[in-house]
Amino acid sequence: MRVNWKTYNPGDFYDELISSPGYARKHARQLASYLKSLTHEELLRKKNAAELAIKTMGISFTVYSDAGNIDREWPMDIIPRLISGREWDRTSRGLEQRLQALNCFIHDLYNDQKILKDKVVPSELILDSANFRKQCVGIKPKFNVWAHICGTDLIKDKDGQFYVLEDNLRVPSGVSYMLENRRVTKRVFPELFENNYDIRPVTEYPTQLFDALAALSPRNVKYPEVVVLTPGIFNSAYFEHSFLAQRMGAELVEGGDMVVEDDKVYMRTIDGLSQVDVIYRRIDDLFLDPAVFNKDSVLGVKGLFNAWVKGNVALANAPGAGVADDKVIYTYVPQIIKYYLDEDPIIPNVPSFLCIDKKQCDHVLENLHKLVVKPANESGGYGMLIGPQASSKELAEFARRIKANPRNYMAQPLISLSTVPILGDRVVEPRHVDLRPFILQSDKSYVTAGGLTRVAMVKGSYVVNSSQGGGSKDTWIVGDD
Amino acid sequence: MLLSRVAERVYWQGRYLERVENTARLLSVYSTLLMDLPKGTKLGWHTLVQITGTEAAFDKRYKQPSERNVIRFLLSERNGNSILDYLALARENARTTREVMPTECFELINDLYYRAKDHAQEAISRGPRHNLLEGIIANCQQINGLLAGCMSRDEAYSFVRLGRSLERADMTTRIVDAGTSDLLSPIESMKTGQEDGGPFENILWMNVLRSQSAYQMYRQHVRERIRGEDVVRFLLQDEKFPRAAAHNLTTLTKVLQKLPNSGKVKWQVDKTRRLVRNQDIQQLLNKGLLRYIDDLQQELAAVHFRIANTWFLPVK
Repeated sequence: MRVNWKTYNPGDFYDELISSPGYARKHARQLASYLKSLTHEELLRKKNAAELAIKTMGISFTVYSDAGNIDREWPMDIIPRLISGREWDRTSRGLEQRLQALNCFIHDLYNDQKILKDKVVPSELILDSANFRKQCVGIKPKFNVWAHICGTDLIKDKDGQFYVLEDNLRVPSGVSYMLENRRVTKRVFPELFENNYDIRPVTEYPTQLFDALAALSPRNVKYPEVVVLTPGIFNSAYFEHSFLAQRMGAELVEGGDMVVEDDKVYMRTIDGLSQVDVIYRRIDDLFLDPAVFNKDSVLGVKGLFNAWVKGNVALANAPGAGVADDKVIYTYVPQIIKYYLDEDPIIPNVPSFLCIDKKQCDHVLENLHKLVVKPANESGGYGMLIGPQASSKELAEFARRIKANPRNYMAQPLISLSTVPILGDRVVEPRHVDLRPFILQSDKSYVTAGGLTRVAMVKGSYVVNSSQGGGSKDTWIVGDD
Repeated sequence: MLLSRVAERVYWQGRYLERVENTARLLSVYSTLLMDLPKGTKLGWHTLVQITGTEAAFDKRYKQPSERNVIRFLLSERNGNSILDYLALARENARTTREVMPTECFELINDLYYRAKDHAQEAISRGPRHNLLEGIIANCQQINGLLAGCMSRDEAYSFVRLGRSLERADMTTRIVDAGTSDLLSPIESMKTGQEDGGPFENILWMNVLRSQSAYQMYRQHVRERIRGEDVVRFLLQDEKFPRAAAHNLTTLTKVLQKLPNSGKVKWQVDKTRRLVRNQDIQQLLNKGLLRYIDDLQQELAAVHFRIANTWFLPVK
């Protein structure tokens, strides 16, 4: 049996591969006809080969559970997702614009607070925010950049346009899977890379990341010591920490490997102490330094914060950068872009309602069953309410929570996420996806060619998080360069 | 620039992988040896438990040192002492040091781990066991080959070698111990230095040599008929054979020259080396080896502690 694009039915959603039954979108035609040239058995064989490769290459992620932490093989669907080069060029400009504005915003918040004085963003939103770090006030990191690595979640609605769903400015993960997905696809579909498709490479990310980090070095040395700070092997993203360290040729360190003396950071090597210049930290602010934040933290390094304040070490992302990825602050990003750059946002936000505003909050409470409600500070899809799929008990519970703490919630209409085909056991079927590109900002900016596509493997589901059963796809930016 | 933590992990990766290979060799040779010895020979499976120094853990779990129990204990069960356990540890150490090793290193260890895990249950019976053990040994050698052929001679490589050589020296002394102890020697005559130990002494020592892949090299270099005394001398004192204790101690000395602050470790290695080199084997066999091997193992353990104190992260 072969793929029949005439019976492939995305229903009421925007499908990224098929424009109408039997017809592929222009940039996807070759893929559609290639897939049709294979039998389903051949496709399944490729799928098995991909799974085997993933297991052998040790591409894994950790799931926390009551039964202990389980190291699981990374789930990847073998059919790539395609985005046209022209669309991506525009999107990528939008992502750079957004991160630039967000960095201006963070820098302003910890310094002059002009945007608060001009009442573009209400100051109580910032000063009450759990992510505003008073300890960072007055600090001016190199290039005035706080968020050096950003993972922005994009989705497509029924109109086929990209919208920003959220910004991740703390320790966004997923980029290693973007790179590994490509490596697996090359093994499974080498013929597609030989043919006419002009697929933009993604492999340069680790080099770009290293350059961005090295540029932050406070010491003017030829080879600054760049390290990746991981919480350790039990962290769900450990694979990625190790992967990025390998690819950058940087040291992978844990808190216990470092020590601060005279406000300088050193790592313990077999030759004794050796100075560290740049720390790409993959642990949360609150665990960075037990002397300043969470005093029980064993993941961080005592004295690290002060070393950073003194300018003896660079931290990426800087402590306090998370103040701008609060989901309530998110709703102000269009105004933030306008305020600092005097430009209109290139990629729009998903329309949102702020519960802190009485009128909007009433609207949210009345329409809870139609909306998606998100807490300001969670990630990974935790603590969310999907109104149309919730029980009346869950709805009542969320109404109570919102009333008790309106600052902590925002709501959005349920977006009809676009679909792409996945390889099911018997047929090729549409599933919902989102996209997480990665943006770097240091002495210059960089945006990945595409990003990590996450896919809800369950029919009709919108949950794409790998911690909750989501899968992933290789993402191809094709043509038009 | 090598992080102390990374040094420790690559060292243990070297050790555990070597232990996997040695345990697999032991099980493999032992399974064959039994077929050649007369029925009723006092050669129990418990010997393997003793060689690996795991009696306490074994006795806690099993009453009978039957073939089935011992194989399960040393091969497939997760009790902290089995091939699968050591492989899991080697894999974990490789997984946390991927940035300093060739890419394929983790992939090979990972692959070996899954293969062993998937087939460990079948290996209770002798046929599949042979295939599995031979496969494990071959894969360990493949990994060593990868490192020999593709890894820079940097500090991380030095720590892999430290771990491997120390583990190898340790296992060789254990095997010599087993070969000369009552448990493994049904032939009394051997200890009295009598010329002809009978047909089974020959078989026994051939297998001891085989467990170290040393048979052909012994034949080539010793040129004597196989006698206990010569085998012990070969396995302990030969400088050229890479699994002999002396050779490994010499390797340690060479590796230490490349590492910073290695003075105290080197002192301890030299001390151990003298203990091996200056020993009169004939005399030793007459006195009995037990005490000597114990001393030797303590010195080897002391080498480990010196290494840990010099380079690894302080224990909290």
